[in-house]
Amino acid sequence: MYNFTFHRPTTVRQAAGLLARNPDGKLLAGGHSLLPVMKQRLAQPSALVDLSLVEGMTGVELKGRSVVIGAMTRHADVANSQVLKDVMPGLAAVPGSIGDPQVRNRGTIGGSIANNDPNADYPAACLGLGATIITNKRRIAADDFFTGMFSTALEEGEIIVKISFPVAKKCAYEKFKHPASGFALVGVFVSKRGPDIRVAVTGAGSNGVFRVKSFEEALKKRFSPKSIEGMSIPATGMNADIHASPEYRAHLVAVLARRALAKANA
Amino acid sequence: MAAVSMTVNGKAVTGDVEPRTLLVQFLRENLRLTGTHVGCDTSQCGACIIHIDGIAAKACTTLALQCEGAKITTIEGLAEAGGKLHPMQEAFREHHGLQCGYCTPGMIMSALDIVRRNGNNLDEHTIRDQLDGNICRCTGYHNIVKAIEAGAKAMAK
Repeated sequence: MYNFTFHRPTTVRQAAGLLARNPDGKLLAGGHSLLPVMKQRLAQPSALVDLSLVEGMTGVELKGRSVVIGAMTRHADVANSQVLKDVMPGLAAVPGSIGDPQVRNRGTIGGSIANNDPNADYPAACLGLGATIITNKRRIAADDFFTGMFSTALEEGEIIVKISFPVAKKCAYEKFKHPASGFALVGVFVSKRGPDIRVAVTGAGSNGVFRVKSFEEALKKRFSPKSIEGMSIPATGMNADIHASPEYRAHLVAVLARRALAKANA
Repeated sequence: MAAVSMTVNGKAVTGDVEPRTLLVQFLRENLRLTGTHVGCDTSQCGACIIHIDGIAAKACTTLALQCEGAKITTIEGLAEAGGKLHPMQEAFREHHGLQCGYCTPGMIMSALDIVRRNGNNLDEHTIRDQLDGNICRCTGYHNIVKAIEAGAKAMAK
């Protein structure tokens, strides 16, 4: 790992100031994606701004008809949140599938979303629920936030403070977990909130997380696995690597979508 | 260089480290607490697992400076002063929960975190599932699982 300067602000304002003064700096949340990448020297930030002491960035709260999660809330704390398990168990199940217990003890929701790894789980949950990403500058709809592999709508110096998820009566996540890495080979999040139906896919697309509009359309009549029986999505634009071909990933999308729908209705 | 101070196994310690110094390096090289191992250095094998403020974490994926002011527990901090082993350590010895022993410190620190999260009555499935972040390269999992089940029970006494 190349060296860097290390900063521990206690307010979002201070953190933003430190980023402004260190244009090649990066925010450090749980560090479980960033530090491994720095060890491989694929990233060499001149400064790390550690957000762990910043006040008001952790916790899971029910606010009206939304669940608001602080960006620095660790995966384990989201998974164990009683509030979340009560109102939206489908979302609470997402962080429980990330990595291993020690990774879940350190990794954070904000870090996962800001990184937008094409195989990460939280981006599917955000897009699949129509979440709003709240930064120190503005509110960004999930539909506008994830702009491609490892890329987001975040601007220089912008800091995710919290994420607001509208409570969906029915929602669920199904994931084909890579046995070694724990990442989603393919993961599908489905939700139904009144007339708003969403099917979001991670792990499959070569451009990161995406929605399956054809499935969403078919599910309008009835939110059930039967409604998309026999449907498939084209393999074009799917990821190809040593783990799976584009055709296999496209196939998994339909299989996992049906399983997720069954789970959401259970 | 930056000054860092934390509590390790109940003792206040300080050090002067580069910001890029990993917690595991600080423990092993500065404090000479070499019970915490580095197996993979890529957050996968769990040989470096320690507790930060009572919660298990991988010391190879944590900077020493992130632990400023924290309470760290390593494998060296488990046995009593007179050398009497912690019940979980004793269970690993009793059930021969090790072959080469390299992964053992991480296994034990992970086992204690499993007990913290799941209580003292653990079934085999829970233990195997929750050992997701630890790799035994000798593949001696069978006795490790038995040891954790027994150790968890012994801790309740």
